[in-house]
Amino acid sequence: MTRLIARRLIELIPTLLILSVIIFLLQRLLPGDPAIALAGDDSDPELLEQIRRQYNLDQPLPIQYLSWIGGVLHGDLGNSMRLGRPVLDLILDRLPVTLQLAVMAMFFALVVGLTAGIISAIKQGTIWDYLANIVALAGISLPNFWMGIMMILFFSVMLGWLPASGYVSPAEDLQRSLLSLLMPAIVLGSGIAGVIMRHTRSAMLQALESDYVRTARAKGLFESRVVIRHAMRNALTPVITLGALEFGGLLGGAVLTEQIFNIPGFGKLIVDAVYNRDYAVVQGVVLVTAIVYVGMSLLADIGYVLANPRLRE
Amino acid sequence: MAIASTAPAVPHEGQFARFWKRLRRRKAALAGLVFIVIVILAAILAPMIAQFDPLAQDYTAIRQPPTALHWFGTDELGRDIFARIVFGARASMLAGVISLSIALAIGVPFGLAAGYFGGWIDLSISRVVDAMLAIPFLILAIALAAFLGPSLTNSMIAIGVTAAPLFVRLTRGQVLSVKAEDYVAAARSLGNPHWRVAFRHILPNVLPALIVQATLALAAAITSEASLSFLGLGQQPPAPSWGSMLNTAQRSLSNAPWVAVWPGMMIFLTVLSFNLLGDGMRDALDPRSR
Repeated sequence: MTRLIARRLIELIPTLLILSVIIFLLQRLLPGDPAIALAGDDSDPELLEQIRRQYNLDQPLPIQYLSWIGGVLHGDLGNSMRLGRPVLDLILDRLPVTLQLAVMAMFFALVVGLTAGIISAIKQGTIWDYLANIVALAGISLPNFWMGIMMILFFSVMLGWLPASGYVSPAEDLQRSLLSLLMPAIVLGSGIAGVIMRHTRSAMLQALESDYVRTARAKGLFESRVVIRHAMRNALTPVITLGALEFGGLLGGAVLTEQIFNIPGFGKLIVDAVYNRDYAVVQGVVLVTAIVYVGMSLLADIGYVLANPRLRE
Repeated sequence: MAIASTAPAVPHEGQFARFWKRLRRRKAALAGLVFIVIVILAAILAPMIAQFDPLAQDYTAIRQPPTALHWFGTDELGRDIFARIVFGARASMLAGVISLSIALAIGVPFGLAAGYFGGWIDLSISRVVDAMLAIPFLILAIALAAFLGPSLTNSMIAIGVTAAPLFVRLTRGQVLSVKAEDYVAAARSLGNPHWRVAFRHILPNVLPALIVQATLALAAAITSEASLSFLGLGQQPPAPSWGSMLNTAQRSLSNAPWVAVWPGMMIFLTVLSFNLLGDGMRDALDPRSR
């Protein structure tokens, strides 16, 4: 097991290295002089010179990269041009908000996706199966920013049941905090619920047709026990792995959700940075998201091996 | 040519007819196809379909609900929403097709090279793909669009480049399985150069999987363009796009909800149609479903 984790960690090194090069090169996409792009068109020459020195823009590209990655490895992601604060501090301030939203969204996706997938597989070919499939496909196809707007219209503007926007920290008031993120979590989790439902359904159908399930039925076990103890246990392992992988993707979806519901998280940070041409923040957010995603993939791999005794040897 | 007879190559007419027959049986996929054709026709014939100029402002008709004159109502500048939806279809369809073409133009050759040559070529390409896939799709697209500058063209480039790794990975996987077939070995042993074996004998056989994925990727590209336009990084005002229409609609949600309903509904139905068609095509091409 330790050897597996060590091997996966070693394999990650080249991926992370290339990832850092890609993220570093993003800045080179800026049209014209990067210093002007960073400081604005009307900046005075002294400021431009200072920026060139600060970001090593007067140095050759490989030197610029080495200096940047050296800073990154020491936790220095640069400073926000607009807020004048270290990018890492800004990210660490916002990350808990997005993580709370992502955990709630994943909880919603797992409860809805697993339940619908299992029912759909057990009741294959019935109206429940068709209904679950249609809802899953709708969940995947619904643009989450539109779903968010429609939910605000219905539950906030028309019914007045839920707050339309804003965020309350759980430390301040747990109940209000959960309520403030209820709609955003449903919006963010709906697409993944659809994906999980489809995977659960096909994994359950496969498990229900397997020899061990036939044997369990032949032993005279109750159908509920066959489904829960035998089919579900085997079918759900890959689905849980998928959930871990999708968790990384939630950070991407959070960008739009946080924008619609005005939640001061990680996603809103990147959008505000884009509007203000605060490129160091954009780079920092991309880097941290990718690291979280790579970390989640690693956890998914380890979880998969832990759940599957045959792979442990 | 002798080589051609050794390879099953491109599905011939009979195979296409069989595929179409199987696809036709899938009602949901067919409904999706019909809706897509309608949207494409609306995009092409937009000036003939729309009664109003999508940019024309009318301050005497601000935020009017749907009427016989303005079928979908008007927006905060008195512009006809139906005209903007019809013209907005152009941005969505164009973004879908162009960004997909960019993704295919980058993804397929690199995937083909990685799968066909293997070794260090495969290793280097696969590592770059792994790294790019580690960044969530929308975050990478936003970052690229932000650095390139906000415009519809740049958003299409951003989406295309972001989607390319998916096609590299898919093509590579398909090539690896096709490469082991006897007809590929036969083509090589007859002295065909690598490029000819790759493009004439391998590529046509990985096409069905690519077409299915491309249909599903079109749905993702349309959603992504709408997302970028919603964030102000795609189509720039006053030109209409479904995503940017939703952005402005947010501000008048309580007194003019219809402004938000139509563009979102169009994105949803178009994306749903591509997903239904893609699913149907995958089932129709699956040998187990025959």
